Amino acid sequence: MSALFDAVLRLADSNLILGQRLSEWCAKGPQMEEDVALTNVALDLIGHANLLLGYAAEIEGKGQDADQLAFLRDGDKFHNLLLVEQPNGDYAHTIARQLFFDAWANAWYAQMAQSSDQRLAEIAARALKETRYHWRHSTQWALRLGDGTEESHQRMQAAIDALWMFTGELFADDEVDVEMAEQGIMPLPSSLAPQWNTAISAVLEEATLSMPGDQWMQSGGKQGRHTEHLGYILAEMQFLPRAYPGAAW
Amino acid sequence: MSKQQWPLYEVFIRSKAGLSHKHVGSVHAADAQMALDNARDVYTRRMEGVSLWVVEANAITASEPEDKAAWFEPAENKVYRHPTFYEIPDEVKGL
Amino acid sequence: MYTQGLDQQGDGPTLVENEQDLLEKFQAKVDAEEKIEPKDWMPAAYRKTLIRQIAQHAHSEIIGMQPEGNWITRAPSLRRKQILLAKVQDEAGHGLYLYSAAETLGVSRDELVDQLIDGTAKYSSIFNYPTTSWADIGAIGWLVDGAAIMNQIPLCRCSYGPYARAMVRVCKEESFHQRQGYEIMIALSRGSDEQKAMMQDAFNRWWWPSLMMFGPSDNDSKHSAQSMAWKIKRFSNDELRQKFVDATVPQAEYLGLTVPDPDLKFNEETGHYEFGEIDWQEFYDVIQGNGPCNRQRLAARKSAHENGAWVREAAAAYAEKQRQRKEAA
Repeated sequence: MSALFDAVLRLADSNLILGQRLSEWCAKGPQMEEDVALTNVALDLIGHANLLLGYAAEIEGKGQDADQLAFLRDGDKFHNLLLVEQPNGDYAHTIARQLFFDAWANAWYAQMAQSSDQRLAEIAARALKETRYHWRHSTQWALRLGDGTEESHQRMQAAIDALWMFTGELFADDEVDVEMAEQGIMPLPSSLAPQWNTAISAVLEEATLSMPGDQWMQSGGKQGRHTEHLGYILAEMQFLPRAYPGAAW
Repeated sequence: MSKQQWPLYEVFIRSKAGLSHKHVGSVHAADAQMALDNARDVYTRRMEGVSLWVVEANAITASEPEDKAAWFEPAENKVYRHPTFYEIPDEVKGL
Repeated sequence: MYTQGLDQQGDGPTLVENEQDLLEKFQAKVDAEEKIEPKDWMPAAYRKTLIRQIAQHAHSEIIGMQPEGNWITRAPSLRRKQILLAKVQDEAGHGLYLYSAAETLGVSRDELVDQLIDGTAKYSSIFNYPTTSWADIGAIGWLVDGAAIMNQIPLCRCSYGPYARAMVRVCKEESFHQRQGYEIMIALSRGSDEQKAMMQDAFNRWWWPSLMMFGPSDNDSKHSAQSMAWKIKRFSNDELRQKFVDATVPQAEYLGLTVPDPDLKFNEETGHYEFGEIDWQEFYDVIQGNGPCNRQRLAARKSAHENGAWVREAAAAYAEKQRQRKEAA
């Protein structure tokens, strides 16, 4: 398939899987108001996924639609970042995952809003408004948990440390990325690292948390090599369309 | 600490520019910033507003219903405050 | 915040006289369709009834998130997933509007939530039934939200201002809920035989519990007369139930569904449907905690609340630190 198709799928899948993960929180949040807040973020992400998958389907040109791409692909055909498929864990893990993703998404969409691809530029402009709010939500919570109680501080630091190895992939370039960047369609992932590092280190510092040092970084999601978690996410998400092939809902 | 709930904030929404903020309900939040975020998510999911205020509920001083007579009824017998109190001949225009 | 100051005033004889006087004024206001507002004098029993009813209503919204939330991660299309997320989010919002209205009566949300978790407070028995297939999501939206709307529209005119205002907001949002449920059913009714069977099965399971949502029959309803006089309630349980049946049976026919009631028939003279006897034993069993999911629902609420305790404490501690820093600066 074309590099553009792959690149759009990567972005779409990361949004879809993270939206799916966040919706698992529904009715389980730490405060009822927070249930509403988390659902809002999930709704935004699934909305982005819907737009991007619709575009990917058009690029593919095989008569599939967004739903078929979402519900009928197996794990090795999913191209999301490993970060977003990690389990919700406790609230600190969910916030850490979101913090890392939101900082990345803000940087990504700010650049993609200037994309040479009109459609992607429009999607980015819309998404950016929403991810800026998500970033505000995740930073506020990182501060509260990091600089809250002894227990919350420890949990938040543990979450940052545990998820850190999945942040390298956010900035790892491969040939698809290079091709997209050369055509001015999407940002070069590695170029966003300094901005992301600055944003994250500022929040962690204010939250009295320490930034993990250099370490082994796990990657592969963008190329379809996933952690064991994705299979279960898909098993749940895709159950109905797979149990009733061809049915309309 | 664990039994102590987050404070209550009253929520006011300006539904569009040109209108005053109007009370819509309340939210619980640990701080004012969170109260604003919660109010946004709970009370403006359908484009209900363009501006939000949150005020900690115990910061509001209210008149007492028992005082209603003493406070508000004296205004009833001061009809001269209303324009219709004054008789102006019909032929006079522009008043 | 509000304490009923009367019993603290001390002078006995005038108190009794005073109370009789206040009671008459209160009833006159209610009869004249004037609203009662939080700081106005109100009979203790009125306050108690409202707290109980609004809290039950709020708890129902919050517990009601579970049976539908159960299918969010399995919704069969992106569109359905978004709609269901938005709907369940609305339920949380409605719960919050209602807790907020209850709090104006001088009770804290924490107290109410504690009563829910320790099992002393009630919530709508309908949410103690399981959602075992996707069609249940359609059936809940169509039937359960439909029944809820019937109950709730008259509450927009309830004599207690904050409750009435919260209900206006709830009802405005609720109408999308019923329509999305019926739309799910329409899609199933136009689908494969398997989908049609799934729809009929869901309808069979939700029909009777939906009729039970209107509460005991008027002959057995203990709170009705007083609530009517206070204009907390406008129509009797049986009146609303009849209205629901009359509205719903034709909608079921449109979908090609068979109503699971051999006694159901249209009475040409009255213009109403007559329906069979409700299994009141089942109704009381579920209310007493013996429905299929009572324990599961409460355990889930309890665990969300308890697992969130450290988060709520952290936010409170952070807010306090910020306050101190501001003062020191």
